Amino acid sequence: MSGVVYMAYLLAAVFFILSLKGLSSHETSKAGNTYGMAGMAIAILATIADPSVTSYWILVPAVAIGGYIGMQRAKAVEMTEMPQLVALLHSFVGLAAILISWGGYIDPGMGHQTGAALTIHLVEIYLGIFIGAVTFTGSLVAWGKLNGNISGKPLTLPFRHGLNAIAIVLCLLMLSYFVNNPHTGLSTFFLLVMTVIALAIGLHLVAAIGGADMPVVVSMLNSYSGWAAAATGFMLGNDLLIVVGALVGSSGAILSYIMCKGMNRSFISVIMGGFGTDGSSGGGESEIEGEAVPITSQEVASELDQAKSVIIVPGFGMAVAHAQQAVKELTDRLRSNGCEVRFGIHPVAGRLPGHMNVLLAEANVPYDIVLEMDEINDDFAKTDVVLVIGANDTVNPDAMEKPDSPIAGMPVLRVWEARTVIVLKRSLASGYAGVENPLFFRENTRMLFGDAKDSLQQVLKDL
Amino acid sequence: MIIAIPRELTPDERRVAASPDSVRKLKELGFEVCIEQGAGAASSFTDALYEQAGAEIIQERSALFEQANVLLKVNGPLPEEVELLKEGTMLISFLWPAQHPDLLKKLAEKKINVLAMDSVPRISRAQKMDALSTMANIGGYRAVVEAANVFGRFLTGQITAAGKIPPAKVLVIGAGVAGLAAIGTAKSMGAIVRAFDTRAEVKQQVESMGGEFLTVDIQEDGAGSGGYAKEMSKEFIEAEMALFREQAREVDIVITTALIPGKPAPKLWQADAVQAMKEGSVVVDMAAEQGGNCELTEPGEVVTKDGVTIIGYTNLASRLPGQASSLYSQNLVHLLAEMTPEKDGQPVIDMENEAIRGATVVKDGEITWPPPPPKLTAAPPPKPEPEKPKAEPVTKEEKGSNGRAVVAYWVVAGALLYWLGQSSPPAFLNHFMVFVLSIFIGWQVIWNVSHSLHTPLMSVTNAISGIIVVGALLQVSSGSFIVSVLAFISILLASINIVGGFLVTKRMLAMFRR
Repeated sequence: MSGVVYMAYLLAAVFFILSLKGLSSHETSKAGNTYGMAGMAIAILATIADPSVTSYWILVPAVAIGGYIGMQRAKAVEMTEMPQLVALLHSFVGLAAILISWGGYIDPGMGHQTGAALTIHLVEIYLGIFIGAVTFTGSLVAWGKLNGNISGKPLTLPFRHGLNAIAIVLCLLMLSYFVNNPHTGLSTFFLLVMTVIALAIGLHLVAAIGGADMPVVVSMLNSYSGWAAAATGFMLGNDLLIVVGALVGSSGAILSYIMCKGMNRSFISVIMGGFGTDGSSGGGESEIEGEAVPITSQEVASELDQAKSVIIVPGFGMAVAHAQQAVKELTDRLRSNGCEVRFGIHPVAGRLPGHMNVLLAEANVPYDIVLEMDEINDDFAKTDVVLVIGANDTVNPDAMEKPDSPIAGMPVLRVWEARTVIVLKRSLASGYAGVENPLFFRENTRMLFGDAKDSLQQVLKDL
Repeated sequence: MIIAIPRELTPDERRVAASPDSVRKLKELGFEVCIEQGAGAASSFTDALYEQAGAEIIQERSALFEQANVLLKVNGPLPEEVELLKEGTMLISFLWPAQHPDLLKKLAEKKINVLAMDSVPRISRAQKMDALSTMANIGGYRAVVEAANVFGRFLTGQITAAGKIPPAKVLVIGAGVAGLAAIGTAKSMGAIVRAFDTRAEVKQQVESMGGEFLTVDIQEDGAGSGGYAKEMSKEFIEAEMALFREQAREVDIVITTALIPGKPAPKLWQADAVQAMKEGSVVVDMAAEQGGNCELTEPGEVVTKDGVTIIGYTNLASRLPGQASSLYSQNLVHLLAEMTPEKDGQPVIDMENEAIRGATVVKDGEITWPPPPPKLTAAPPPKPEPEKPKAEPVTKEEKGSNGRAVVAYWVVAGALLYWLGQSSPPAFLNHFMVFVLSIFIGWQVIWNVSHSLHTPLMSVTNAISGIIVVGALLQVSSGSFIVSVLAFISILLASINIVGGFLVTKRMLAMFRR
């Protein structure tokens, strides 16, 4: 590799760092994205310009076709489908990592290392395939769950932790043989078997995790796709891949951590999956006193008409009902009445970190009235009306008040401190965590049953 | 017990501490009421009205003081009145103990029990006895009336056959009780009203009265304790002055009400602001008694400087004597009712009662001022932090064990690094170094990403992880057919990622707007 290409890689790496840094605020985020594109363009052009790359007739069509498909997907995707798209794209990185690592194994030009260098090279191939495979199938399952193709319920096989452990031990055993006897028939076979096992691990791992833990899973897979890129970087001795892989890997890890903190659960417990399966434990036994008071859209309209301050708390239900546009119209109407409208976003609302923000942005809600949980939690007590739209576990008072609740200790939005809480919901069913929500039965809570979008449009008409 | 109400001797004082109405209520509480002849004349309460209500009219001042068990007054006692007071009398009036320590001492020496109406704590329960708010409310109203009186134009805007009249612009500085009353009055007279206050929490109150709330670009909350404002930083005051100078050119009437407890009134409306005002403009300085908010104010006087009339009356409330007297005497009735729960005419100074405790400044010859801070204030103060001292020892302990754990981590990490260095070729170590440092950079950079941008962050990192295409690009020319096919597929997939990821991010970011 020539020195110029190497320096181009350095420049690309710097651009990628600037790109991530740019995302730290809204003002610089667009510049950040542009830095990212520039970095990518430099990296690709520099690589193609490398004298060892000659097969233009293969790579140009591949880039063109891939780019075209990507463009179409990016244009067509609805913002409510962002989680699916992100998961699907992760799976591509995973698959690419498998293929490249296999290519690295088969490639005759890579075979002339010896001793420790060879051992490390083989370990890198092995790891690249393993991580890539887990990412690939894991992302596919996540995609299916988010898309609704696969049930969001966690799959809990008996002895599932044992199965995973056996699979990993098996892979390690095969690794030790593979490293010492490269390029024999048996070791190639082992590599193949390992690929299959890793694919199965990815499937099983994510299948065991429930639908609402997907924010963590998607960011975890984001992290994995980074590590997969880094592993191929090691295999090919390419620093750019290593740098970028490490950046992406740590980014995903941090996001996962933030999401876990938002649910007050450890990363391990989320990954182990199975949460929210035994819904009877929390809901059935604990008797909730009082009854849910339904409210009509006219009454909601008059409540809102008299309110001086309103906080809207959206949840996944808003995304499901595609209600963001109606929410925006309501916001405009209330604001033109001189009412102060703000949004309170729980860190794990939706199926992707920051999902609600994107949906509200799509509907043109100004981002300076969209606040995080910590910024707004103390203001509920001073608020006239809180509209809870399709959120459930993130506004459950049990998390703070009942130490034996399955969601105890999870930070929640304290909506019940407001004068009136109006909950838009299809039914009284419990949320993802399978926990009853006593909020619905509070004295200052009113339930507006029905599809969030239809309900809001009705309220708009009555306002 | 006998309640006595003398005539106020302070010059320009037209108020009185009882109205015929309050006399009736005091009698219901079991008191006898004596009133000095002509005490209510300035407030249009004739002696006949008092007599009808059941009070006894007494001509001799000394006789009145002789009989009194409880003396109700508006202003603090003058020296000659202190002479007349007999030991054990209860005195209830405005006193301003902070400004008059000598008077307080003298009263204590004479063993007079004193309740100062200005020291009633500002808690919700004591609102009905809060004479300061009563007076401020009246003063705010009167300030607008005074201003309108000398202002040579309408306050309201009109379109008449003779031409168009623009509405006057009124600026109210300090949106406390007086300021809010002034805003409401000026608004109801048709003026355009703006208001400024250092406490951000009053914005809604100002807007509810129909005023427009002005702000400066500096984030600082001026809320002090007890619903009052505190002193602001230098930067804030500079920004404030700039705002005022700019407003001075526009507004016709300025009403200043800014007070900081225990300090002279802040000089907010400086001489150059007065100069900047139009001919015929008016400044009403409601803080004149505490030195004035306007630099050119002469307390108690009306002066004209640079064509601007500056009203420095210190007795604005007294200029509406009937209203002020009846509301003040109502406050006194509420206070006495609180002290006389049995309605037997025997008032008790209950030091456990927070409202009474706050008002009591001398009891049994001892000065009991200042009172302990009130438990509750009207405005929520910054969150109390009682848990802090408790939490500290725990964190310290954790730190100790953390320290040990940290050392252990680094020892393990060092050992691993040593092993790696021993057994690996230098090429790998180079890459490894790049890898670890990159993780650190990523860690630092990502923590700064704002929560609302997490989805764009994911799609960008997604696009960036398409960098794996570089690996495939390097393999595509290897010569082996299978490798080329694999590389082709990889390039294709990674390209979807790159283009799709970046474009969708771009789409999303374009949607975010302020």
